[in-house]
Amino acid sequence: MATAHHTVETPGGPGAARLDVAKIRQDFPVLRQKVHGKPLVYLDNAATSQKPLPVIDAEKRFYENDNSNIHRGVHELSERSTKAYEETRVKVQRFLNAAEAREIIFVRSTTEAINLVAHCYGRKNVGAGDEVLITAMEHHSNIVPWQMLCEEKGAKLRVGPINDHGELMLDEFAKLIGPRTKFISVAHVSNALGTINPVEKLVELAHARDIPILVDGAQAAPHRELDVRALGCDFYAFSGHKVFGPTGIGVLYGKAKLLEAMPPYQGGGDMISSVTFEKTIYNVIPQKFEAGTPNIAGVVGLGAAIDYLNSLGFENIAAYEEELLDYATEAISKIPGVHIIGTAKEKSAVISFVMEGIHPHDVGTVLDQEGIAVRTGHHCAQPVMQRFGVPATTRASLAFYNTREEIDALVAGIQKVKEVFA
Amino acid sequence: MAELESLYQDVILDHNKRPRNHRAIEGASAHADGYNPLCGDKVSIFVKLDGDRITDISFTGSGCAISTASASILTETLKGKTRQEAQALFDRFHNMLTGKGSADESHPPLGKLAVFSGVSEFPVRVKCATLAWHTLRSALTDGGEVVTTEPPEDAREGA
Repeated sequence: MATAHHTVETPGGPGAARLDVAKIRQDFPVLRQKVHGKPLVYLDNAATSQKPLPVIDAEKRFYENDNSNIHRGVHELSERSTKAYEETRVKVQRFLNAAEAREIIFVRSTTEAINLVAHCYGRKNVGAGDEVLITAMEHHSNIVPWQMLCEEKGAKLRVGPINDHGELMLDEFAKLIGPRTKFISVAHVSNALGTINPVEKLVELAHARDIPILVDGAQAAPHRELDVRALGCDFYAFSGHKVFGPTGIGVLYGKAKLLEAMPPYQGGGDMISSVTFEKTIYNVIPQKFEAGTPNIAGVVGLGAAIDYLNSLGFENIAAYEEELLDYATEAISKIPGVHIIGTAKEKSAVISFVMEGIHPHDVGTVLDQEGIAVRTGHHCAQPVMQRFGVPATTRASLAFYNTREEIDALVAGIQKVKEVFA
Repeated sequence: MAELESLYQDVILDHNKRPRNHRAIEGASAHADGYNPLCGDKVSIFVKLDGDRITDISFTGSGCAISTASASILTETLKGKTRQEAQALFDRFHNMLTGKGSADESHPPLGKLAVFSGVSEFPVRVKCATLAWHTLRSALTDGGEVVTTEPPEDAREGA
């Protein structure tokens, strides 16, 4: 897919290329439908993103032409499948700017990536009386695996607080790093608030004490260019389905040295180099962490999604989304009785809001009748809800295929909510 | 928009705005808490019994319009009823919401509870309407165990 297909040169000249959103939308079949008689306005991208035709076609083509198991047969199909699978590993390596392809582990999801690290690194290196540090804005998937580890080991989970804007309080966070801190795990971008954490700074704080740090990139990967070597983090995790790829495929990046020292995650085929009943010798990374037949078609689809994102260019995506977020933030904050939760200076494509006297569930039902898909609830971040003293919020989350007209529809939908509950 | 109006009927909107019996009962004979982790709704039901008869009933807590109105109308409906009558009403109410009871016009009559008939068109909202009822049943029969609409570790909640 050529870049020129989806971008238009503006009079500003080179570098001012912008997205041709009308054209992009044609790549997403799901967007061409009406819901309750109204054009679908899909603003639930932080939950999952829609899939462009190249992703759908790549999975279909794989099953129609190449389907076979990988790393096993000597036959043609197995070779093709293996090639497609391993080529995607290299694509992901470049996507993250990792040093080596073997630092890319394919997993099911961000959740599984974090569990893998908690299980394999955490159980080996965190003991009784030790501490694991996270932030108050984490998704449940970056809380619960560490809680389980701490419970098992008699360790303590420490939580860096956030301020009223939903920003991490850096000084407080730094104070929580102590001699017993054995691991740090933080969100790159908050799914409930949209806050972008100063990850470089957090990595610096961690490494000043030789503590490894994982960055949960589930909400960052769809929106911005990533560079794990520039960030310096030890682990990075993201999900395929949030970057316009298939569900059921995710990525864990880990520094080779750390991954090599970790025990395997699951036992089975592909993760061994030799097996006897007396002793099994484990395979090298990344295979050591990829027991069993993986989600090959999902990997192929993820590869197509990365190609698609590259064809648009993250510079263009980020510039467009920032503009759209500003437009939406201004429009929504102007509505009387509506309050945005999460007003960090550095924010990604999420607007969480509450309406005076109207429960988010009722907001969601009325908006749905207008064809508008938003998320209502606690967004798997109950501690964030408690921090702001609300049971739930309504969350509109953006992608590059959303338009100002859709934001206008959302604003009209919110007015409709107010009419119903006037 | 017909569907939306059938869900948010005027009676429901009125009870949401001005919930009846929205208070705790000191020295209640029975009490239970209910919780819907998906939307954060919380409701507590208080019951005063004379033998088998409900002489006073009230609720506290906050939730969406459907769950608030349902709790409010529940208290209005059940004052003066017996445990058995309450259970029979719950069964009919539940059947109406899940689309099983439309043909069944047997007793007891639903009365004001019929305003919730539109909820059956919104399957994800059925739990909102039944939370107060499940909580009441817990107060009356299960010794006040905390009621939740979901298993504690609900895997269905995504990002």
